[in-house]
Amino acid sequence: MTAGVMSTPPVAAASRLLMSGNEAVARAVWEAGVRVAAAYPGTPATEMLECVATYPDIYTEWSVNEKVSLEVAFGATMAGSRGFCAMKHVGMNVASDALMTMTLTGVAGGLVIAIADDVGLSSSQNEQDSRYWGRFAHLPLLEPADSQEAHDFTLAAFELSERFEVPVILRLTTRICHVKGLVRIGARSERAVAGFTKDVSRWVMVPSAAGRRLPLMFERERRLRAAAEISELNVVESGPDRRVGFITSGPAYMHVRESFPDAPVCKLGFSFPLPFDRLRKFAEQCELLVVVEEVEPLIETELKAQGFTVTGKDLLPLSGELSPQVLKPAIAGLLGEALPELARTAPMAVFPRPPTMCVACPHLGVYYTLSQLRNVTISGDIGCYTLGFGQPWNALDACISMGASMGMALGLDKGRSDAEKDKKIVAVIGDSTFLHMGMQGLLDIVYNRGNVTVLLLDNRAVGMTGGQDNPGSGRDIHGKEAPRVDFANLVRALGVRPERVHVLDAYELPVLLRTLREETKIPEPSVIITNQPCVLIKDYHALKPYRVLDERCTGCGNCVDVGCPAIHVTRRERVRKASGREVDLAFVRIESAACTGCGLCLKPCAPDAIVHVDTLAMPIKVIRKSAELARNTQDV
Amino acid sequence: MSETGRFDTTNILVVGTGGQGVMTATEILAEAAIALGHDVKKTEVAGMAQRGGVVSSHLRFGAKVLSPQITPGTADVLLGFEAAEAMRWRHMLRPKGLVLMNTGRLVPPIVELGLYDYPDDPVASMRAAGTQVFSFDASQIAQELGDIRLGNTVMLGAISDHLPFPAEVLEHCILKRFARKKAELVELNRHAFAAGRAAAEAAAKAEAGVA
Repeated sequence: MTAGVMSTPPVAAASRLLMSGNEAVARAVWEAGVRVAAAYPGTPATEMLECVATYPDIYTEWSVNEKVSLEVAFGATMAGSRGFCAMKHVGMNVASDALMTMTLTGVAGGLVIAIADDVGLSSSQNEQDSRYWGRFAHLPLLEPADSQEAHDFTLAAFELSERFEVPVILRLTTRICHVKGLVRIGARSERAVAGFTKDVSRWVMVPSAAGRRLPLMFERERRLRAAAEISELNVVESGPDRRVGFITSGPAYMHVRESFPDAPVCKLGFSFPLPFDRLRKFAEQCELLVVVEEVEPLIETELKAQGFTVTGKDLLPLSGELSPQVLKPAIAGLLGEALPELARTAPMAVFPRPPTMCVACPHLGVYYTLSQLRNVTISGDIGCYTLGFGQPWNALDACISMGASMGMALGLDKGRSDAEKDKKIVAVIGDSTFLHMGMQGLLDIVYNRGNVTVLLLDNRAVGMTGGQDNPGSGRDIHGKEAPRVDFANLVRALGVRPERVHVLDAYELPVLLRTLREETKIPEPSVIITNQPCVLIKDYHALKPYRVLDERCTGCGNCVDVGCPAIHVTRRERVRKASGREVDLAFVRIESAACTGCGLCLKPCAPDAIVHVDTLAMPIKVIRKSAELARNTQDV
Repeated sequence: MSETGRFDTTNILVVGTGGQGVMTATEILAEAAIALGHDVKKTEVAGMAQRGGVVSSHLRFGAKVLSPQITPGTADVLLGFEAAEAMRWRHMLRPKGLVLMNTGRLVPPIVELGLYDYPDDPVASMRAAGTQVFSFDASQIAQELGDIRLGNTVMLGAISDHLPFPAEVLEHCILKRFARKKAELVELNRHAFAAGRAAAEAAAKAEAGVA
């Protein structure tokens, strides 16, 4: 939770806290008397459940995937409790099977589903507009524009949900989830829980029952539209400059208001179903009407179908955030005006700084090893290990969605060309991603006799989103001990033959390379499980750091290829070998303050130039042995 | 101070790399602004911040803040925790804006691999482009005080005399964070804050001498 401001003189307002949108939603979930909250981590949504878990009196869980989280929250509402679940945009692709039918049953207790769209792709594989789900599933949709609204709209969403017995979608974007602003908060109100009422015509969606509920869903949508017409969540702000009026929603409203302080604005907080009558009235006070929405032209298309004369995406980009630097030139162009002179200097040229794997990350050894395999296609997945596609490893060839490494690998195997008969197919997947959506794919590989070598990188955490727990970590969302899945047993149970299952230390490069070479030669499914923890979680124990003996470093640069951020090049040289071949040398040092002694760089170092910081010149074999011993004793 | 919007908004951009404490520093600046009764918004794009990537944190405060993002060309102060990162974001600054920056370098693997070059002299490049730069080695100052993690407080000390409120408000917000932990941490951070303040002042004098 955010530190409060209460003790700081002079106090602005005791009840106003600096909160991110995610923290504000979490606070409101608690205030709304929610009993059950569930989610699978995913940027930018992760902190909602993390934060809900810090409040008392709510059952909170990390679910194995978003579909299960939605089903858990829904089940709680069947029992009459209020339920909440949160997910990133792609999570709803997984959860939508459940969503599309719970719109027919409706809910008993209030159900709010927060979907966070990563507009601008800060950490996602695509950019989706989750407002489609409101239209697709005929569900009401609320769009807050800042942290205060994230809080207030969450409370309003529960009221709306119970009034219409309908799940309500709270649509957020990265620029809501991760922006901090001041929020006025309230207290929790406990609610009586009615209990489950048996009613097979409502809760058992066989065709006959579902068919009877379809008209109810459309009737509900009509009533919801009427509610949106008079909702206080939709606001019209008149302005003196009526040349252009704006219809907007979510954080785009803030950008519009900032850019055009004198323009009339209709801000849609309850943005589906659209309040057409109200929008018609608003349109009358503007000469031109522009829809500013992130990201798809949904409002615009519906207004055009209703006969409105509006513009939007013919002026504005179809992707990314609509910030003032995008809006101002577009509207100036529409009005045929010159832009007010802004101090627009060009960015200076600086090298890119892509995200890297951490110092001593167990994935480093895996990708260093994979980079040494030849004639291989590597099917990847979603997580830190997706970074293996980049330099220096170049050892990941595909990544699309959670768990897809498995099915893609099988397809690559079955669809291979005659020329690629001997190509090795490797799939790389993390522990949590495997449990989320990967294990069904592995079952498919086994069942259909695929020739795929699976690397299951078990680092006991959802690393990319900040090291959350999962069924493979042995801890629940509160960090308390929980049943832990046994990956080796699990993959054997899926049908992988016991002799094809290996559990290895990710830092043992020679064993890893040998096992990979052997298993990729055998034409049947194999699973290699690496078992060292993420360096960012408490299971990881740092070891004694290393340094480089300058006089021994020959500049071979092999250690640089491991890709550890603690290894720095001190000087480069180009030399001509006796054979006449030119070779580039890179002499290195280790940032000992950052090094945690994993020893990965020792293995490729031919001249034994890497020693512990307090070692003068101990024989390198002794050092390696001691590093292994230390690690083994700590991991038992 | 800002040139956009109807309200008198101060725009501060804090930049660096994942793990340097950029987001925490901005949070403390935000707390100071809140303490003085300002409306505040703080935003960053840091989805992969933990992985050593680029982190830029926007802080806007004033009577009423609308968009959380600073429009390029309107930042009043750019606080750079790393030399090349300060250079990367210079275009965000308004024409008479000020760069306060650490000359300490964090060289990423992509440069170590020889795929890109680290800029020879970020400070000189920015000055040549007409930007006012107060630079100092905050990393070294922190190390001399005994802990690289104090770099965060050194940077906040450096910006403290370039805010529309007294340095003591910011100092109070920092020290209060450590007061709950350990008394010696309060003292260390007090020294780090003072050292950062002095470093920025010395850099300002040196810059005046150059000009």
